[in-house]
Amino acid sequence: MLGSEELWSPIRLTLALASITTVLLLIVGTPIAWWLARSPARWKEAVAAVVALPLVLPPTVLGFYLLIALGPNGPGGFIGGFFGLRSLAFTFEALIIGSVIYSMPFVVQPIRNAFEAFGDRPLEVAATLRASPWDAFWTVAVPLARPGFMTGAVLGFAHTVGEFGVVLMIGGNIPGQTKVLSIAIYDYVESLQWAQAHVLAAGMLVFSFVVILSMMVLGKRIARPGP
Amino acid sequence: MSSSGATISARYAGTLGRFRLDVAFEAPMRGITALFGPSGCGKTTILRCVAGLNRLPGRLVVDGDLWQDHATGRFREPYRRPVGYVFQEASLFPHLSARGNLLYGRRRALKTGAADEIRLDDVVDLLGIAALLDRATGALSGGERQRVALGRALLAQPRLLLMDEPLAALDRMTKEEILPYFEALHASLSIPVFYVSHDISEVERLADHLVLLDAGRVVAAGPLHELLSDTRLPIARSREASTVLETRVGGFDPDDGLTALDVDGETLLVPGRIGEKGGIRRVRIAATDVSLAVDRPPQTTIVNIVPVRVKAIEPLDQAQINVVLTIGHRDGGRKLLARVTRRAQRVLGFGPGQDVYAQIKAVSLVAASERPAASRRRAELG
Repeated sequence: MLGSEELWSPIRLTLALASITTVLLLIVGTPIAWWLARSPARWKEAVAAVVALPLVLPPTVLGFYLLIALGPNGPGGFIGGFFGLRSLAFTFEALIIGSVIYSMPFVVQPIRNAFEAFGDRPLEVAATLRASPWDAFWTVAVPLARPGFMTGAVLGFAHTVGEFGVVLMIGGNIPGQTKVLSIAIYDYVESLQWAQAHVLAAGMLVFSFVVILSMMVLGKRIARPGP
Repeated sequence: MSSSGATISARYAGTLGRFRLDVAFEAPMRGITALFGPSGCGKTTILRCVAGLNRLPGRLVVDGDLWQDHATGRFREPYRRPVGYVFQEASLFPHLSARGNLLYGRRRALKTGAADEIRLDDVVDLLGIAALLDRATGALSGGERQRVALGRALLAQPRLLLMDEPLAALDRMTKEEILPYFEALHASLSIPVFYVSHDISEVERLADHLVLLDAGRVVAAGPLHELLSDTRLPIARSREASTVLETRVGGFDPDDGLTALDVDGETLLVPGRIGEKGGIRRVRIAATDVSLAVDRPPQTTIVNIVPVRVKAIEPLDQAQINVVLTIGHRDGGRKLLARVTRRAQRVLGFGPGQDVYAQIKAVSLVAASERPAASRRRAELG
């Protein structure tokens, strides 16, 4: 049973989805976190609230709007047209877009906190040592915010692995394309295939435990000596 | 103001939050210029403006280079200004070792074409930090961190070194541990320094030039010696009023155990063997340690009796007066400040232009223009 393609396909799909989403979130989320941490703009908290919205919004609501946006009459359909698709909904790409939005706060918040924690001083020091802002970002800000990046990446990854509502709304249940772990478990339970559901659920349980444990251990290890 | 002509000319007028700064001063491109004043007088803000960390309307010209000009909107970004900045807290990068911190600015300065004038080995030797190089910054003591921070600023090959109360966060003992390194720096490097402080004893020890600040304005600016003995200024009217004199080491008398220090053709004797003959040593003479006699006192335990001319008498309060003297029975000598009673002046009846004798009860050495013991030892070993 463990070797069956039917079980491995959702696992592979989920890992691919979570990995791609995490990488995209680090690329997209870091500048957002930087701006939220350092901009003097008053309205930045409004932006922060938009980023944090998926924390409180029911996943089905987010999924509903995404479905409309990705559908044939939304921007997703327009973009999909260039690739010969009628719409972006019910594709792996749709899952990535949905996951990036849904997991955004879990990545942006820890990175923003890390950027805020060290304040202006290290960057001022870097400037007086001839480092341009770009140089100082990579050689001072990013290394100092490393714990925030670790936390953000782990949380973003884990959260994407566990997402259900949004996936169901915009991805449906297409094996090998959008049928991820959480959907597969739901499916097995629906069809009373308890053994398969047990295997996947236990796997998720172990995975979640390992994630949390490694975060705690890592958090202790990289707790730096005082400033 | 400066005889060599090379100057730093700064003018800032603007508000930062609720604080209003309105200053203009010039300082020479050599020696240590102290920005001195009470907390909240704007001295740190000036330093940050010079580094470009704060931006206030104004104009800044450093040795002929225009770094900021409000009129034309010109503003050189902080990372393009060849300054070294030592903050009150060492602010070392915690993710780098001491060596990594030291080399951070150096690499970048050299990449942008700065001349390689200050090398790692020299700084390590000057500051006595060889043993610290591979330590994590968290494993350093307060004094060690501040020394690394100073080294890091020096290695950025600055044309102007800015120090913002670098000793204020340290305890008395650590301060005494570090001051000799600052003095060694003063003696061996030719980089001009802006030194922010609210501690007059640090200023007397290190500064050559003084910018006196109060409530966002310049009260006075000029050579330290001139300002300390300017009786119109609050320092000369304070209880700590004193004179700082640069003296040349004459000779050591092994029988008496006294070293002769020459100033303006007169001699001051201080206990102990002080430095090499011909070396420059700075001494501080408190105004309250100077008493006056109309004739040379025939018998006294005071060894330092110097002929002086009374230049001015400034009443201080009901009981006391400040007397500004110049050394030697002639014009043009260095100034010396004496704090005496009105009554003594009335009884002895001296006035401006008169030649009298100053009895100096205590002459304290304030600067060791030599390298601190630790680094000297290392130099001998190496």
